Amino acid sequence: MPKVTIDGITIEVPNGTTILEAARMIGPEVAPPTMCYYSKLKTSGGYCRTCLVKVSQGSEKDPRPMPKPVASCRTQVMDGMVVENNTSAEIQEARAGVVEFLLVNHPLDCPVCDQAGECHLQDLGYEHGKSETRYDFPRREFEKKDIGDKIQLHMNRCILCYRCVKTADQVTDCRVHGVLNRGEVAEISTYIEKSINNDFSGNVIDVCPVGALTDKTFRFQSRVWFTKPVDAHRDCDKCCGHVRLWYKGDDVLRVTARKDQWGEVADHDGKTGWICNTCRFDKKNTSDWVIDGPSQISRHSVISANHYNSLKALKASIDRQKAALPHGEKVTLGHGALDPNNESK
Amino acid sequence: MGKKLLLEHIDVPGIRTLNVYRQKGGYETLKKALTSMTPDQIVEEVKTSGLRGRGGAGFPTGMKWSFLAKPEGVPRYLVCNADESEPGTFKDRYLMEHIPHILIEGMIVSSFALGANTSYIYIRGEYFYVARILEAAIQEAYDAGLLGKNIMGSGYDLDLYVQVGAGAYICGEETALLESLEGKRGNPRIKPPFPAIAGLYGCPTVVNNVETIAAVVPIVKDGGAAYAQIGIGKSTGTKLISASGHLNKPGVYEIELGLPVEEFIYSEEYCGGIKNGKQLKAVVAGGSSVPILPAHLILKTATGEPRLMSYEGLSEGGFATGTMLGSGGFIAMDEDTSIVKNLWTFSRFYHHESCGQCSPCREGTGWMEKILHKILHGHGTLSDVDLLWDIQSKIEGKTICPLGDAAAWPVASAIRHFRHEFEEYVKAGHSIKDVKHYYRINHLPEPAN
Ligand SMILES: Cc1cc2nc3c(=O)[nH]c(=O)nc-3n(C[C@H](O)[C@H](O)[C@H](O)COP(=O)(O)O)c2cc1C
Ligand code: SF4
Ligand code: SF4
Ligand code: FES
Repeated sequence: MPKVTIDGITIEVPNGTTILEAARMIGPEVAPPTMCYYSKLKTSGGYCRTCLVKVSQGSEKDPRPMPKPVASCRTQVMDGMVVENNTSAEIQEARAGVVEFLLVNHPLDCPVCDQAGECHLQDLGYEHGKSETRYDFPRREFEKKDIGDKIQLHMNRCILCYRCVKTADQVTDCRVHGVLNRGEVAEISTYIEKSINNDFSGNVIDVCPVGALTDKTFRFQSRVWFTKPVDAHRDCDKCCGHVRLWYKGDDVLRVTARKDQWGEVADHDGKTGWICNTCRFDKKNTSDWVIDGPSQISRHSVISANHYNSLKALKASIDRQKAALPHGEKVTLGHGALDPNNESK
Repeated sequence: MGKKLLLEHIDVPGIRTLNVYRQKGGYETLKKALTSMTPDQIVEEVKTSGLRGRGGAGFPTGMKWSFLAKPEGVPRYLVCNADESEPGTFKDRYLMEHIPHILIEGMIVSSFALGANTSYIYIRGEYFYVARILEAAIQEAYDAGLLGKNIMGSGYDLDLYVQVGAGAYICGEETALLESLEGKRGNPRIKPPFPAIAGLYGCPTVVNNVETIAAVVPIVKDGGAAYAQIGIGKSTGTKLISASGHLNKPGVYEIELGLPVEEFIYSEEYCGGIKNGKQLKAVVAGGSSVPILPAHLILKTATGEPRLMSYEGLSEGGFATGTMLGSGGFIAMDEDTSIVKNLWTFSRFYHHESCGQCSPCREGTGWMEKILHKILHGHGTLSDVDLLWDIQSKIEGKTICPLGDAAAWPVASAIRHFRHEFEEYVKAGHSIKDVKHYYRINHLPEPAN
């Protein structure tokens, strides 16, 4: 098994592991940020260039450094490879450059964007970007488009990561979703604006790192940090049925797949937990679901800030109710159980 | 007179046809290859010749061929890159238009050497009329038993197809070319795997430039050693140069590598000096992608030696004072040329041609073009020049394919050698003469002053 050293930490990994996956195995401190790579999608990655790293030693056998920074998500480790990520000033500089490129044509409309608060581009900009812009030209603009009746595409916000294209290709069974045009004016499109009618098309919303693909049923309903994520499941004949419900008060405003530590759709029973459109768009009552408990949200996320404590209280309440009920019976939440102000009562 | 290997018979009337080409010794090399040589022997000759890729990167062709994977039961392909879209480069067109059979003969010999039974010539869409010439020539070759089954009775089979692209520069990048040939969007692939392992339809593939493949004919004809005698050092053989710009005699020239640049520009045998008795200001020596050099650095190296037209000669001094041979697109500019304006034209091209896959190239090329446009039209500031420098440095070496570098280098070199010109544009501000033009093309009312 090859050994690789990333930012001074050495780890042994299976053959064929990419630098990025090896870094994730070490932990989030050394893992490069990713905007296009998605471990659950084949052939993803390589496009955005945020995960660039410096290979200061190619391998034990050929210790020469690699001449250019490489995309860690698409470069396999070799035995004895030495990689610099956060420890390289050159890489930090290159990454800041990439962030700037991703933002030059971005509308910066976070105040009216549904993704704000769970947007990877916001996080990236916050960590690696600058607070002022050097771009003083009009920004590229596209018309908003509907992709079917439940999904909206704001192409202005798209970073052309190709994740949705790969999802449409690999998760739905009919590919009509792709890229039109070239260069700066390239755009995501369903050919001739044909809607993707497929039970799994909604997953493109979950893989989109920015607010380019959003859930129309959730549109302008609430800032995400005013909603509370709760994990739940149901018996579904199409998908794994394990989802995340986003509550405001007692209402389920939105249903998404569960996400893992890297912001990707989490595995369920060894398979990627993609969810179907029925679970996502049509099951918006608490009574449709069996509640598993409050979602684990990183304490760095703005989502946790508002109601972390109330969620803990909620979990305790659900656990108490569960314990009191015969096995398998659903917990019904009492009125106001999810109200953050409840705690004080 | 320098030795001519590819263009020797260019002036022979009717050389485009099979008959005349054969009268001039055409397809004798194919016969030699098929009847007296093994594929490996041909690869060895190409290695011995020292031939380097003529498409731009200059990678040793024999070495590329020996990397080709040969798994059992999997077809191999030879693909000829006739996409020729680098601004300033038109040598492949000239060769294919006038002597199509030398490319076809080269394709058959090379395909035989590589063990390919199906080969393709991928030609840019704008060359549709050249594609017709090639197709007619291929038909002649089929009719004469030089293509198809059992070529010249040797038992070797080859089918050769011409595929016309839709006119995208990026489809000249070899993996984008393969995607396009497969009928997909012409986006460069992420490497590895390289085409030698997984190329066309996932099978081992060699991609070579038109001129590279044509050069295989004289190499196999006279032997690799004889070819290696021509040229200088590691730059062996002859090279087609597309000469354009303010020259008395622009055109396609076949030179022996190692020819002094000065002789190429000023001698009567080649370009015959600068037009209208003007002074030479700058040269882009290898197609729009390579660094521009001011006259004193293109004629002599930084150490005062005469600069030679060879891979090493042109890159002498690195990017600080040198450039690259590239694809051999030699663009000469006289004293009246605006470096900034020329750079804007180049930048506009790269902006237009970026495939848009990777963020630095997609966003950076457009940004650079806009800044240059702004400077050119008297709206720039001194800090814009630094910004341009910074942007190109953040594209170079950070993209999937070399188009990012190709967009960055002209900007970097223009600022490196002609910074004062950018500053003059900035200082002149609205008084520069291009302002009128700017307002006109943007349909704006002209300001009173
Ligand atoms: C953006 C871009 C455009 C290119 N265009 C061409 C081209 O038009 N013709 C060509 O022969 N090579 C072109 N190349 C180089 C090819 O990728 C490849 O290196 C070449 O075809 C290999 O052939 P050679 O070894 O015979 O030079 C281009 C490369 C890039 C990055
Ligand atoms: S719409 Fe979203 S997922 Fe699709 S390419 Fe754009 S940013 Fe990526
Ligand atoms: S460098 Fe430019 S042309 Fe090449 S893959 Fe990236 S975006 Fe496309
Ligand atoms: S995450 Fe590696 S290039 Fe985008």
